[in-house]
Order: sequence, then C-alpha cells, then structure tokens
Amino acid sequence: MSTNAAIELALDRVDWRDLAAHADHLPRVYTPGEILMPEAGFMRGHGTFVEDENIKASVAGVIQKVNKLISVRPLKSRYVGEIGDVVVARVSEVQQKRWRVDTNSRLDSILLLSSVNLPGGELRRRSAEDEQMMRRYLDEGDLISAEVQNIFEEGTLSLYTRSLKYGKLSQGILVKVFPALVKRRKMHFHNLPCGASVILGNNGYIWISPTKGQEQEGGEGGFALNLNEHIPRVDREVIARLRNSILALAKCKLMIYDTSIQYAYEESLKYEAHELLQQNVIYDIGEQTQARLRDADD
Amino acid sequence: MASNFELLSEQGLRLDGRRPHELRHIKCKLGVFEQPDGSAYMEQGNTKVLAAVYGPHQAKGKKTESNDVIINCQYSQATFSTAERKNRPRGDRKSLEFKMYLQQALSAAIKSELYPRSQIDIYVEVLQADGANYAVALNAATLALIDAGICLNEFIVACTASLSKSNIPLTDISHFEEVSGGPKLTVAALPTAEKIAFLEMSERFHIDHLETVIETAMAGCREIRDILEAAVKEHLLHMGSAADWARVC
Repeated sequence: MSTNAAIELALDRVDWRDLAAHADHLPRVYTPGEILMPEAGFMRGHGTFVEDENIKASVAGVIQKVNKLISVRPLKSRYVGEIGDVVVARVSEVQQKRWRVDTNSRLDSILLLSSVNLPGGELRRRSAEDEQMMRRYLDEGDLISAEVQNIFEEGTLSLYTRSLKYGKLSQGILVKVFPALVKRRKMHFHNLPCGASVILGNNGYIWISPTKGQEQEGGEGGFALNLNEHIPRVDREVIARLRNSILALAKCKLMIYDTSIQYAYEESLKYEAHELLQQNVIYDIGEQTQARLRDADD
Repeated sequence: MASNFELLSEQGLRLDGRRPHELRHIKCKLGVFEQPDGSAYMEQGNTKVLAAVYGPHQAKGKKTESNDVIINCQYSQATFSTAERKNRPRGDRKSLEFKMYLQQALSAAIKSELYPRSQIDIYVEVLQADGANYAVALNAATLALIDAGICLNEFIVACTASLSKSNIPLTDISHFEEVSGGPKLTVAALPTAEKIAFLEMSERFHIDHLETVIETAMAGCREIRDILEAAVKEHLLHMGSAADWARVC
C-alpha cells in the first residue's frame, strides 16, 4: 500500500507574521498592569481595573471606548455571553428540569425544560412525565443550537430553543475556533451557495451540515435525528472542504463570517480537500482571502 | 558540595562569560498549542519550559461551592531534562513543592474575584533544566495566562540571584552556578507594584547582604518583565492584526 506523506522542513516553515495588517495601521496594544488613563470622568469595563486613581488593563489586548466606558478586548479568551447570541452547545449532564450544557464559557450553561419546544405544540404544560422523558429528548453528548436568554449573576448563561430554527443538531461537523474570531452579525445561520449550511455560534463553535430541504424542517420540535439518511459523497466532500477552509481562516486569525467563509471556500477550490491541511496551502488561502476582503472593503 | 569554587573570575566575568548583572538570553513564544486556552514556550539560557493553561472553566466536584477561583498547577520535568536521564514521576516531592509555590505566586497575580466557582488549570513542563527552573516555569506560566486572556493585576515574574565569594551579587544563576555551592535566592514579584509574592533561599549568607541580593533579583524581575511585555505586544500585533482584529465590532 502506498501512502502520501508530506514532510515539512524547518527551512520551508511558513512565517505567519507576513499576514499582519499594513504597517501603518498597527493598533496600540496594552498589557496587564499598564495604565490606560486617569480614572476621572471614565467608567471601567471588561478587562480593566482601577488602582491608584488610574484605569489599568488586566488583559493583553486593544482598547475599546464606548462613550465613557473603557474596556480592553483580549485576542483570545473564553466565551463571554450576551443576551441574544446564537450558540452551539453540547449537553454535558441531564438534571432535574434542566440540562447542563457546555458552551465554552467560564461556567457551564443551563437549558431549562421550560425553555425548549416539546413535541405537540407550543402551549403545553410540562408534566412529571416530561421530566422523566428528558433523556429521550436530549442526552449527554448531544449537540444543540440555541440562543442566550438570560445571564445569571455569577455569569452562568441560560439558553432557550423555543424557535424552530434552534434545537438538536443531527448530521454534520463541529469546528471549534476561539470566540473572538466569530463576527457578531444579524444572521448566524447561513445556507452557503456551495451546498452546505453553517451555524456560526458566537461561542466559537461552528456547525457545518448539509443543506436540508424545506419540507423536513420543524414538525418534531427540533428533536428529530435523521441518522439513517444517507448523505451523498459530493455533499460530504463539500462539508470537509468547508471545515478545512474555516480552520485555515482560524489559523490565519481572520474573522469568520459568511463572506470570508465563501471567499476562503472559493480560494480553496484549486486544491484537493486534504491538501488544505498543509501549512503553505493554509497560508495561501489566508492571504488570498485577506486580499479579497480588503478589496471589498475599499 | 564544593563551596570553595569562585563564581566570579578576576576579570569580573562569570563561568558562562556573563557580567554579574546580566541575564541569560531570553526567547519566548505565545500560543504554541491549539488545544489549550493559552500556551507559551520560554527559554532562558538553556532552561526551556512549556506551559499550557486550560480555563477558566466550571470547577468540578464539591469545590463548586467555593466562591473563589481554584488555581490548579502541575509542574513536571521531562525525563531528558537533566544531564542524567531519570524518570521523574509527577507526584514526587520536588514537583509537589514547586506546584505549591507556583499556585502561591500566581494567585497573587490572578484577579480571583472575577472568577467565582471557576477553576484554572496550569500545566508546566520543563524540557531542559539548566538552573532557575522555578523562575522560568513561573515566567512561562505568566505568558500562558496572558495568552489565555485571563485577567491579571500585572505580570508576575521571577528571577534568581546569588552572591559570589567577593560579595558581589549575581543575577539569574545557571545550573552550574547553582551546584557550585553559592547561595540561591528566588524572588517572584509584581515588578510595577514592587510587591514580592514569593521568596525562597537555599544555603546561607550574611544578613547584611540580603538587601542587595533581593534588590539584584528585583532588578532582574523588572528586566524580564520588560522583555516579556515586548514579546506579548509583538505577538498580539502580528497575530491579531491579520484580521484587522483591532478595528472590527
């Protein structure tokens, strides 16, 4: 049996720094303990603290000013939820009247039994049987898409899936990137022209699945799994290519949203799907996508 | 231990050719792994350390009741890290001691009030041990915490110092100087606030010199802080600005 092995030499190592912005717009970066400004007249936001009447940074990142609110945004961190965010999450525990789910945030998130759509209509009372059936709806390890409904005092997120677009995810691929890379937009569900759908979770979890036909959606309250359905090879290749393109964007630290994914996918077409794992190919895709995004901006 | 050995030559140079106040060459890199939330690699002379940070995440077990952050460290040395090849199990006394010291120093820097009911795991692995292992491990852990975006009061850095026979303080001692019988003082400090988070001494010297030796170590800390800060800024500028990350949202 012959296999193709790619051997990377240290000599050909890709220098990711070349992808950096134009030298003239380099942002001002602050590091922990650095003084941002005197406290007088300003409010301290995330990533800052007050000491000796000065506002100081507590994380390494760029400064963000909203009126008088000063905050510092780090490049990488755990997901900090906001109400209304779309997230992709994994169920980690079934408890009484609620599920505990992992959303890549600081604390586990909660999905209450009362904030899911149960089969059989919107206005149904939650009975004791429903509590016993909870594992039937969502079991440990299941993936769901949901929206952040509320944030508790300590930072725990409460999610809900009471809309037909949210619910259990069946066949597809989960890609994890860091949350800051997913751009906040109006739309986080996209049916891409290449024949696959993506859900861009604000928490950095991205779900890629084959585009469903209209008639299959809804009905079961979003708890139906169609694991028996056969996905043709062509679709699976598109999904695999999309996954590698998204990972390439993440590796180049490019923002992830529908346009950038589309560009990266188009740039990737000149390679085989498996070649997209090689460093120089990733770099090339990053560079081309970045150039196209900047052209579109100007 | 042969304590007659002179650490400083007549020309005022140390065994590896450094001047008394000179640090070893420092090289560091952030974000070396994809899987953890933050990671860093740090080289100080021939001492090489990898650090990885997971978290903050939900504290597991009965620890969840506590309202403070749980800082969980692990210190280990690779089998091949010293001249003598030796299997070093994680639970041995020396690494447990270092682990406690790391926890103690890092809890002085992490803003624990921001992370109730959470846990931060810090794993440090020494790849090559050539003196000042604890200090380099702590510096690497600091970089990894910054890479993970965890809120800190400021950089926490550590440096070692020693005293030569002729009572001249030496900064950042190497393994050879460590075993030559001189005293060894390790300081972990918050350099801007000039606070000492951790202090350890082995062997002894006259108390009159204590102040100058601590001051030497503190000066080393300030110098290391500046190097680390420059490294963090350069990393963020190059890694972050590809996406025009500073402009969006």
